[in-house]
Amino acid sequence: MADKVAVKLDGIVKRFGGFVAVYEMNLEIREGEFVTFLGPSGCGKTTTLRMVAGLLDPSNGDILVHDKRVNDLPIHKRNLGLVFQNYALFPHKSIFDNVAFGLKYRDVSKEELKKRVTDALELVQLPHTADRYPAQLSGGQQQRVALARAIVIQPEVLLLDEPLSALDANLRENMRVELKRIQDQLGITTIFVTHDQAEALAMSDRIVVMSDGRVEQVGSPQEVYTSPSSLFVAQFLGNSNILSGRLDSKNGALSVYVDGLDSIQVDPKQLKDFRDGDSVALVIRAEKLTLGEAKQDEDHATQLTGHVDAVDYQGQAARYFVTAGGHSLQAFNQIDQQPVKEGTDVHIRIRARDCVLLEPEA
Amino acid sequence: MGSTSWNLIRGYTILVYLFMFTPIIVVMLLSFNSSQFGSFPMEGVSFRWFVELWNNDAITRAFRISLALGALTALLSSTFGVLASLALVRYDFPGKQSLSTLLIAPILVPEVVLAVALLLFLRWLEVHKSFFLLLLGHVIFTLPFVILVVQARLVGIRREYEEAAQSLGASPIQTFFQITLPLLLPAVFAGFLFAFTISFDDITGTLFWKPGGIETVPTQIFAMLRNSISPEINALGTVMIIVTVALPLLGAAIARRFGSASSE
Ligand SMILES: Nc1ncnc2c1ncn2[C@@H]1O[C@H](COP(=O)(O)OP(=O)(O)O)[C@@H](O)[C@H]1O
Ligand SMILES: [Mg+2]
Repeated sequence: MADKVAVKLDGIVKRFGGFVAVYEMNLEIREGEFVTFLGPSGCGKTTTLRMVAGLLDPSNGDILVHDKRVNDLPIHKRNLGLVFQNYALFPHKSIFDNVAFGLKYRDVSKEELKKRVTDALELVQLPHTADRYPAQLSGGQQQRVALARAIVIQPEVLLLDEPLSALDANLRENMRVELKRIQDQLGITTIFVTHDQAEALAMSDRIVVMSDGRVEQVGSPQEVYTSPSSLFVAQFLGNSNILSGRLDSKNGALSVYVDGLDSIQVDPKQLKDFRDGDSVALVIRAEKLTLGEAKQDEDHATQLTGHVDAVDYQGQAARYFVTAGGHSLQAFNQIDQQPVKEGTDVHIRIRARDCVLLEPEA
Repeated sequence: MGSTSWNLIRGYTILVYLFMFTPIIVVMLLSFNSSQFGSFPMEGVSFRWFVELWNNDAITRAFRISLALGALTALLSSTFGVLASLALVRYDFPGKQSLSTLLIAPILVPEVVLAVALLLFLRWLEVHKSFFLLLLGHVIFTLPFVILVVQARLVGIRREYEEAAQSLGASPIQTFFQITLPLLLPAVFAGFLFAFTISFDDITGTLFWKPGGIETVPTQIFAMLRNSISPEINALGTVMIIVTVALPLLGAAIARRFGSASSE
């Protein structure tokens, strides 16, 4: 069951005239999986989602839902649940009629319709709103109703296009948890589109990172965060320090020589296809640079000396802007007692296993 | 200096309004004059001329024709207007811009030109004047108003409503009747009333297009004026004013009611 493929994108391409919005995209989404398309605005997330929904025809390639090719199936025959950023509740219909809308086109008895609508409204925790109209609800409530309307038809796939982006920050985080709870409870295959990395990391089983119409990386939240497969992914998610250097592999040990700094030790597993002397990009997350006043001797770690230029104090943690060997670095550390002071010299510890090697930018 | 120029503007505005409305008021007042001669001072108040209107077969016939023509024009114009607006706003096709210009053109071209052009065109096709031709002329002439009103509203209806409906299983036609049309209704209604009023009021085109033996209220008044100025005409004028002013007001009120009900 868990391995059954619910949605398969087989080499889909979308061109608008001469402009390619989505380059050949291949993806398999398993039954019950929560997959997020993550990328900056304009990278083709919505375009891809709309192709799955049947609102756009792919220029090339096939879309399969439960092993059935749906390219030529119009949207109203696809049985998909769609949720938009701006809710799109029918303003002239009551909440009940909004949620019941899809059931009217299905073979459902009056009693069952009433029961399913009531259940759906209960699931989104809005049981008493049936008689109201969309304009009488807050944005968050409207989005819950939109979700109820989409899931009440028991769709094969739930498609969400930036459903939380129109809500304010606090509500957004609550809705994030709520949405995930509902998705878990129903076990419904979900494609979620967002440009917000926090949403993607918190909710997804797998993240598809996109940029300029191409898939950069597909993986679990931890995979894309800790082992980015491209500089784009490293820069888009979290805060990364990127240093260019030359690879130096001698008798089993791996290190990267960076101008102005010492050699930085790297876990030998990072060697991948690189060879001795290759130019590489060394990626280290800001939270993996540990600042300290004293030098700590430790195996499998590199110690650098640097100077703290600025401190961005955030209460439980602080962001430090540090220069070391002419390179500007960012460190993000929890605060034990006192934050490191601005203008002081510090030791920077980089553990070998926190270093990621990537192809340098062309 | 400020106050004198303001006073000038105020005086001027008052004069303009007087100039526009006095004849209308005079006509309405005189229609209740009991005297045979349409002039002041009024001798007494009576509904005599309205009764005579009612008993004048030619006038009641013209009235029925105007009503039927107006209603049919409004019906056809709003139907075609909605379809044309949908095509122009929701779909892309070659020649869209030209079609849009063509449909709006009748309000840009002087009515006489349009009237003669249509007449010549149908002559060339060897089609004779008929009620149908008159109706066709009125539809062409009122269509732009409907299209402008409906289009403006349709642009404001987000596509996502229709997309959501379709994703839930409604076919494009079901989506139109369930979602698009109800949201469009105030504009359709306003367009309908516009078309009716314009058709009911029209004389230029009607004079060119109407077949022999058919008179609408405006052409009937026109014909009566050529013989004599009877107080009956004042009464007819009063009825016309009431119909053409009251209908749009009523329409606006209903549209407002609709609008507020859907956004409640
Ligand atoms: N109908 C269209 N015609 C032309 N270009 C389009 C159309 N829809 C989207 N695009 C372009 O395709 C790219 C991807 O758009 P989209 O999928 O909406 O991005 P996002 O990742 O922000 O959802 C953008 O550059 C956008 O301008
Ligand atoms: Mg988008």
